[in-house]
Amino acid sequence: MKHLLSTEGLDRDTATALLDTADELKRTLLGREVRKLPTLRGRTVITMFYENSTRTRVSFELAGKWMSADVVNVSAGGSSVGKGESLRDTVLTLSAAGADCVIVRHPASGAAQRLAAWLADTPTSVVNAGDGMHEHPTQALLDAATLRERLGPLEGRRVVIVGDVLHSRVARSNVHLLTTLGAEVVLVGPPTLVPTALTSWLESNRVRVSFDLDAELPTADAVMMLRVQAERMHGAFFPSAREYSISYGLNAARAALLPEHAVVMHPGPMLRGMEIADSVADAANSAIVEQVRNGVHVRMAVLYHLLAAQSPAGEVA
Amino acid sequence: MAPRTRGATGPAERELLSAGDVARTVARIAHQIIEKTAVGSSEPTPVLLGIPTRGAPLAARLAERITEFSGTQVPYGSIDVTLYRDDLRRRPPRPLELTQLPEGGIEDRIVILVDDVLFSGRTIRSALDALRDIGRPRAVQLAVLVDRGHRELPIRADYVGKNVPTSRREEVAVLLSEVDDRDAVLLRAAADESGGER
Repeated sequence: MKHLLSTEGLDRDTATALLDTADELKRTLLGREVRKLPTLRGRTVITMFYENSTRTRVSFELAGKWMSADVVNVSAGGSSVGKGESLRDTVLTLSAAGADCVIVRHPASGAAQRLAAWLADTPTSVVNAGDGMHEHPTQALLDAATLRERLGPLEGRRVVIVGDVLHSRVARSNVHLLTTLGAEVVLVGPPTLVPTALTSWLESNRVRVSFDLDAELPTADAVMMLRVQAERMHGAFFPSAREYSISYGLNAARAALLPEHAVVMHPGPMLRGMEIADSVADAANSAIVEQVRNGVHVRMAVLYHLLAAQSPAGEVA
Repeated sequence: MAPRTRGATGPAERELLSAGDVARTVARIAHQIIEKTAVGSSEPTPVLLGIPTRGAPLAARLAERITEFSGTQVPYGSIDVTLYRDDLRRRPPRPLELTQLPEGGIEDRIVILVDDVLFSGRTIRSALDALRDIGRPRAVQLAVLVDRGHRELPIRADYVGKNVPTSRREEVAVLLSEVDDRDAVLLRAAADESGGER
């Protein structure tokens, strides 16, 4: 595996290997005074974020540093991107400077794929840390890791994904990964925020669409709340935040409909009060903090699988 | 003596230790550990850490024997060294194996690393590096079922089940019933130069 661009097309064995590695890394580092492994010594990882991020960027940086890689952060604001340098020139520059891996977040869907194509003749790996409305594969992996931790194997489990499915790369990546791992996915949201061209997903028989959240909660093994992505909405998708919250927000009364074992998740950042109530987000069955913790281990696993055996940048692979 | 070859079609293979030999060897090492680390006296009991895959069940067997012979419970666990190996770049990424430290940890204890075959010594070096990140043992010792020579580092074992002079072209395969279908130690003519060390 050279790049991690999407969970679509990620086969079950590879996905399981990544999750197993993440589990072992978590166990290995648990309770240690020194959270440092020498595995990626001498590797250079560059994060390239063209969109805001707290947890994804920090956890990639920690993942690299905990495995002794050198991590450099490039942000669109402070780099030559501000002078008008193209994405292609920027990434070729980073590769030439010695990046073994470029981690990219970009507002354009498909940006990571383009980067991988431009870097085809170099040994530099690309990890997609979120491209527009397309995919966010490491988020789906950390969600799956969290679900496995709480529920055991995902075969036959039902995960309800709620909210702004249309604009959500998290939802897209999760649909592909969770169904690959044998789970069933129910997409719930206002009709304006559920994509219309779902036929290929629905054909798999593992994905279903519903507009009634209350009806889906009693049979859910997990409910994943999505952020309403106001920055990607150019038009009126729902009348008001209050109305959205009444129909699709996870308040305490709704959370009470969930079975006892069900896990509440949110990829963050949360809009408390609108998408999810405070009491629900901080309840015992909420895995939201655990998701962040697992994010570091999952990203360590991804870097390990991509970089441990790769020849250093500059040498012919 | 067992025949050197199995037949014209099978690979050349010789049994170095039978299932009974393996059991006797483990028992002998257990006695040696009891004597050398004074298990059962006022000294703190040693901690056995097996290196996966086959070092881990060996550590468990040794701990069981030591408890049986001395009446003292000996903590044991496993330590995966994959993340500390010096040959990661040369091979495709390997799955990680179980690291499980006994409850008391290793701080200020005598740690006995347990592995099936001692060959280049690189695995043991990786294990020493891994130990350093976990804590500071009072001393580290090494127990192996087979020492086949060809050291590439200044490392030696404190407890050796059997010394086997080998050629680099040969492969020493340790079979343990926890992982394989039976207990045995075999010497094979290897196809590649890398020998038996994984």
